[in-house]
Amino acid sequence: MSSTPDGRAQPGRNLGAGLLLGLGVVAFFDETVFHQLLHWHHFYDRSTTDVGLVSDGLFHAFSWFATVAALFLLAQLRRDRALHVRRLVGGLLVGAGAFQLYDGLVQHKLFGLHQIRYDVALLPYDLVWNITAGVLLVVGAVLVLATRTRQAR
Amino acid sequence: MTVVVALAIAAALVYAALMGRARRRERGWPTWRAACWAGGVAVAAVAALGPLADHMDFRAHMIGHVLLGMLAPLLLVLAAPVTLALRALPVAAARRVSAVLRSSVVGAATHPGVAAVLAVGGLWVLYRTGLYAASMRHPTLLLLVHVHVFLAGWLFTHSLVGPDPAPHRARLPVRAALLVLALAAHDILAKMLYAHPPAGVDPAAAAVGAQVMYYGGAPVEVALFVLLGVEWRRRQGLTDVRAPLSGRR
Repeated sequence: MSSTPDGRAQPGRNLGAGLLLGLGVVAFFDETVFHQLLHWHHFYDRSTTDVGLVSDGLFHAFSWFATVAALFLLAQLRRDRALHVRRLVGGLLVGAGAFQLYDGLVQHKLFGLHQIRYDVALLPYDLVWNITAGVLLVVGAVLVLATRTRQAR
Repeated sequence: MTVVVALAIAAALVYAALMGRARRRERGWPTWRAACWAGGVAVAAVAALGPLADHMDFRAHMIGHVLLGMLAPLLLVLAAPVTLALRALPVAAARRVSAVLRSSVVGAATHPGVAAVLAVGGLWVLYRTGLYAASMRHPTLLLLVHVHVFLAGWLFTHSLVGPDPAPHRARLPVRAALLVLALAAHDILAKMLYAHPPAGVDPAAAAVGAQVMYYGGAPVEVALFVLLGVEWRRRQGLTDVRAPLSGRR
């Protein structure tokens, strides 16, 4: 594999590192802020389906892998002087937005894993959650597409 | 239990003796690996003795299992006991050890898929059948459960990472994927324990125990991913265009 000291030499690896980091960061944020600090999310909710538990387990395990793998990829890109920050940030926003949207729509609503908060009117919370996710996803996708056309290989 | 104390002391003495022989042969042995061995033996012994061995309390039981099945195995793997033995033993004996390691039986047992089924599958059997309740009534059965959790955890850790010779070790992406799947199965089981406590376990204690299981092993899980990453980085270094090393991967 050849690599030149050029920020655009490894587009796939920059994108991959961003996607993994985005997923890892959102999962960590979700766990720390919503589960542990605010105690809004519940560890388990009587409405949770079995497929919800499988989905939760897979994402919880994968998010550790994603965070660690992303940091090793970042170190590698820096060492090879192949870091392309805009593309990486694009990937990060796509990864973060996609997981946030999956969490908000599929895990919270479809699988009944848990709700964002209990004993409140849920609709505003759900709207803010999923619109935030959508905005992250769109901004990230724009960045990813923009860096792809500029690089044109 | 005197058996546990005797085994722990024996494990420490054998390692110290091997280390002494290796150093006398002027082949050296890092002190930090010896510290890992001492730490691993101590953690396993503490999990099997003391207040954590009060298995009528599901919370203590679960802390004990995280120590016995995850932390102690990681420390023991980092202590590289097989590498030490190969350095310390006479050549003929070292060759026999090496032949055993290369055998197909050891190859099958140290595949991370097999080891993951033994380690995490064993936990599913323990908590989703009547085995846990039975082990509360029969001390011998409880002892066997502990031994299995410890040895299967050690085997799984060795199948993934560590400096000891592992001629059959699976490819890096396979190991990473199996680690993710094994941890997912572990996390799913933890939430199942919250939802449906094993027979005879107080639901409040089960709720705490389930969260100990879900979150308690996280530092060890991250350490395993980091060790896989270190290996990946080393391999990348070997194929680095800026510092090529010909003919080696």
